[in-house]
Amino acid sequence: MGERRGSLALVHQRGNALKTTPSTYNSAHHTFAVFVACATLIVITAGALVTSNDAGLSVPDWPTSFGYLVKVPNFVGGVRYEWSHRMVAGTLVSLTLAIAIWTLLVEKRRWMRWLAVGAFCTVIAQATLGGLTVLFFQPPWVSTAHATVAQTFFCIAVAIALFTGRNWVEDQPKEDQPGVEFDSRRPSLFTLTLLSIFVLYVQLILGGMFRHHGMSWWPHVLNAGVVSFVLAWTAIRAISVYSNIDAVRRPAIVMLSLLITQLCLGFAAFLTRIAWGQGAAQPELPMVAATVAHVAVGALLLATTVVLAIQVWRNVPVAVAERTPQAQRHVSVA
Amino acid sequence: MNKKTSWMISVSVLALCGLLLTAACTKKEEQPASPAAETAMAPAATPIDPATVATVNGTVKFDGMAPKEAKIDMSQDPACKGMNEAENVVVANGDLANVFVYVKDGLGSRTFDVPKDAVVLDQSGCKYHPHVLGVMTGQTVEIKNDDQTTHNIHPTPKDNREWNESQPPSSAPLEKNFAREEIMLPVKCNQHPWMKMYINVVKSPFYAVTDKNGKYEIKGLPPGDYTIAFVQEKLGEQDQKVTVGPKDTKTVDQSFKAAAE
Repeated sequence: MGERRGSLALVHQRGNALKTTPSTYNSAHHTFAVFVACATLIVITAGALVTSNDAGLSVPDWPTSFGYLVKVPNFVGGVRYEWSHRMVAGTLVSLTLAIAIWTLLVEKRRWMRWLAVGAFCTVIAQATLGGLTVLFFQPPWVSTAHATVAQTFFCIAVAIALFTGRNWVEDQPKEDQPGVEFDSRRPSLFTLTLLSIFVLYVQLILGGMFRHHGMSWWPHVLNAGVVSFVLAWTAIRAISVYSNIDAVRRPAIVMLSLLITQLCLGFAAFLTRIAWGQGAAQPELPMVAATVAHVAVGALLLATTVVLAIQVWRNVPVAVAERTPQAQRHVSVA
Repeated sequence: MNKKTSWMISVSVLALCGLLLTAACTKKEEQPASPAAETAMAPAATPIDPATVATVNGTVKFDGMAPKEAKIDMSQDPACKGMNEAENVVVANGDLANVFVYVKDGLGSRTFDVPKDAVVLDQSGCKYHPHVLGVMTGQTVEIKNDDQTTHNIHPTPKDNREWNESQPPSSAPLEKNFAREEIMLPVKCNQHPWMKMYINVVKSPFYAVTDKNGKYEIKGLPPGDYTIAFVQEKLGEQDQKVTVGPKDTKTVDQSFKAAAE
């Protein structure tokens, strides 16, 4: 059991590296960051609508749409989904540029400024992948990369919203919290959150490859079992051991709830697309609804897991001795 | 603004320029060789004595309960009017339509002239006409749009060049050809996801597509031993061997069973 042990000198909150430079809470900046994160989820949902409706190539040119950058085409059939996705994605690029510049101007934390630049580079890479998937007729790996980078960008947007929030900026984690155990279990909770992110990425890639006709459905379904096990393990550990740390308990509960929802949606997607929808003459509403919801909740699940990992890193105390190399430990003791 | 902030803004602006540059570098379409140039390069056709040619004909049947054709909902485009049903297995009174029948083997090294006449693929009622098409390598396929809506024509070949072009209403027909042999090459419209058809590209003129009565006829075949292939988009391929003598008319019937689900 991870009993509390050691003196204060051995206690360490890993998140200290992220808060060495003090920052001030900027309400407008934070609200805008939350808005960008929400807009990203809308773009991901719009992208899922494009794939589920098999409309990815309904606009054959890129970056123009039927030869124009913004002219509204005949808004019918697959064009509705693809053109709308392009427009909201274009808006997101502008929003990301705005949040990046705003962050560079107001942020004192150097790593936050780099994160903002990283967000902008990611959204540009994402737009480029979107273009490549159109110009090269949706190669499965390019389309899957487009889906994966989309969710990576969503995680970055959510992280920016988290780091600019009042709770993050003003409430520094306490170094000695009564009733909070050191994380001495193996694997540690932080390792479990990283493992959760890893298996979710594998699942995202397998799902993307299946949706884009590059792979059969069974690896995605098989890995769903692995994802369920790892995420349930992580969430239950976080809830049972660190229930008195709000910043850890809340995302863990949300993660567990989203995992259950996602499994139900995955089952619905399997029924409507594979069991009943195989060989359907056209995309049918139940399949579209189930698969789009599965993608959107999948994105929320990944982002929640990233938030949990960050909060565990910041709030769960570990003993310095456990993370210091043996040689340094001897010097320190001497 | 400090020096680091300025530097970060510069990086962001450079990234934006990178995007614009990428956007500008759109993929150039390969220009296929013109049919005339291809004809000029093609070897001379092997002569066939018209006095000895044979005919192979027959009927393709479907064994068992015919699948019910799925109704298609075209409400997402008001310009798509009328009834529409999926055409993946079209059976009437046990006769199977839309089966591509061709001489798969037995022609040896014979070569054939590419017909100068184009084969027409029409888009009407948000449906392809015909659903299954045969064409020779290098032969022109004239693609027309008779609907009051934009379609896009997107073949997804394994062995030929993939392309995807939109065709607005009342626009001039598109003229395309396929350089390599390919059977059941899928063509779809990404704007109307129910629109699907198949083009079969072969090197000889000895092919046919079964009509709604399941009938086909291949004329002008030189005497010899042949393998006739019957290909259906869902039910797969079945082959039969046949020997035809001078001026023969042979009947070669075929039947398909329902595919195991």
